[in-house]
Amino acid sequence: MLWQQVLVGGLLSGGTYAVLALGFALVFGVARILNLTHTAYYMVAAYLFFDLGRSAGLPAPVAIVLALALVAATGMVVYRLLVEPLREQLTAVMIMTVVLAIALQETLTLHYGNNYRSLPPLLPGDTTVLGIQVTLQQLLTLATVWAALGAIWLVLFRTKLGIAIRATAEDRETANLMGMNVGRVAMITVGLSLIMAALAGVTVAPLYVLHPRMWLHPLIIVLAAVILGGIGSLRGSVYAAFILGFTETLVVFVVPQGAFLRESVSMLVMLTVLLIRPEGLFGRFFEGER
Amino acid sequence: MYAAARHLTTKLLHDFRGEILALPTRTILFAATVLLLVLPLLTRDVYLLRIATLTCIFALYAASWDLLAGFAGQMSFGHAMFFGVGAYAAALLNLTAGLPPGLSIPGGALAAVVAGLVLGVPGLRLRGPYFTLASLAFPVILTGLIFYFPDFTGGELGLLGVARLGSSRVVEYYLVLALMLALALGLWKVATSHTGVILHAIREDEIAVRASGINTTRYKLLAFCLSGLCAGVAGGLYAHFMRVVGPSTLEPLLSLQLIVWAIFGGMTTIYGPIIGVFILYPLMEYLRALPEYRMLLFAAIVVVALRFMPEGVSAWVQDRLERQCPRCKERNAVTRRHCRVCGAAMLPQPKRREVSR
Repeated sequence: MLWQQVLVGGLLSGGTYAVLALGFALVFGVARILNLTHTAYYMVAAYLFFDLGRSAGLPAPVAIVLALALVAATGMVVYRLLVEPLREQLTAVMIMTVVLAIALQETLTLHYGNNYRSLPPLLPGDTTVLGIQVTLQQLLTLATVWAALGAIWLVLFRTKLGIAIRATAEDRETANLMGMNVGRVAMITVGLSLIMAALAGVTVAPLYVLHPRMWLHPLIIVLAAVILGGIGSLRGSVYAAFILGFTETLVVFVVPQGAFLRESVSMLVMLTVLLIRPEGLFGRFFEGER
Repeated sequence: MYAAARHLTTKLLHDFRGEILALPTRTILFAATVLLLVLPLLTRDVYLLRIATLTCIFALYAASWDLLAGFAGQMSFGHAMFFGVGAYAAALLNLTAGLPPGLSIPGGALAAVVAGLVLGVPGLRLRGPYFTLASLAFPVILTGLIFYFPDFTGGELGLLGVARLGSSRVVEYYLVLALMLALALGLWKVATSHTGVILHAIREDEIAVRASGINTTRYKLLAFCLSGLCAGVAGGLYAHFMRVVGPSTLEPLLSLQLIVWAIFGGMTTIYGPIIGVFILYPLMEYLRALPEYRMLLFAAIVVVALRFMPEGVSAWVQDRLERQCPRCKERNAVTRRHCRVCGAAMLPQPKRREVSR
């Protein structure tokens, strides 16, 4: 019984973290921006979905599309006006993105208050899989997350845009010399990562409670996943997100009162791996970044 | 005896004129320090003194980060660990062993030095962004442990009833201010000394430093320990001043907010982060009048400031008030036509400060 629960829980949280971490890793690779606002957009999307779906009474698919579009548009405008001009200064980008995340948190607190909210599931009811009860919402979330991962994989490895994105991530200057509009590629990547974050937000929203500070925990896990997988490796960040997701679920289910320790154990796993392999699971050292 | 004292006074006055009054930014810093020293004479408002004391505590905390991040180049995202370890250790020593603040704060600082060595282990092995992000893990791990062992650590509520730092707010203020000024001066001395140059070089190119026959491991660990020591003192002072230590002292947000203060003020200067705290922390308190919009306004101010002064407030002000001599590279007030040291003619247009990172 327990192992099936860990499996389902791990696939769910690991999948969510993977979608978030992949978006984060893409922006970091292409635009060289440590976007600490990333998970705040995830939160905003969840709240927007909550608002559009319940208060405005839109049907769920419309609300989802609208939430994704709004988050992507806002995020791209913010990136263009506030983050991109500072791109050369790593430290300035960091505080800019942290402060933007705090600003989003506060805007949500202003609007919704500092309390917990939950959404009704999109698909009510449950079913039995592998001998345990699973809600249909969990299955839907699982399917969406995996579909999103598959779709982004296709974009990255089967399209011309994907080649441009990967080339820019690998070597910005050379990609520029090859005639790619690096700025535009970065912009598209930011949009893509925003859509992924927002998608994670709306699919996960009905499973968890909403709170204006819900961005911090996923941010920590995403940062851990990106270095555990190795900076610059998209594959690595996805694997690492699953490792951390499964670790977390395992701790919660196996250790008594494990919910308190879930972050600690995930971080410990990350540190142990990094001490053995300082460049992460799939990372490599860049020339000149010694 | 009398002649010696007179000689000393003349020398001090001479140095004061030549070293402090000659440069507008130093004059401003000097005036601000004097203002801080006489603050209790100007007001006895308990609330105001409380804010001033907390500002001093966080200023020390921010300055300690700058030695590690700005000089040694170890951009730590988990600096709250030192603060939290210092605060918790001081509180536990006070509550369980009954030590007075005079002993428990050094004890907390010692614990933070040990924490610095622990953080040094990945610090020696991981580079650049890997270390930055990995350091975030330490306070998170500690927070988990605190929640897991609530009997020992007080859990979510924290440790209550820590002894008072001093008998009155004024005494507490002077204690904290004196410690902050002394330790910050110490940090500044280290940062501008030979050791500071080596730390700076490690930040720029560690392999080149090692190739010059310098034991970089030793210097990096020294930076971790010194930074931990100062942040630990700040944590201990916080514990005894607030008289309660909770998991909020280890929050990731406290680490991130520190970075906002430090970069806003200007990194790699030691005094920059202190200036940042002295501007932003009281501002935050002042904005308490508008509780809902407080953080939002704070964010807006930082965003605008960063957009136009990405090097920090202190560098921006310095660029406006002072100019570098083209010949001897000494700084001069912007009003001077000739360098105060070598007498070379100053360039008419101000030279931009070079971007270091």
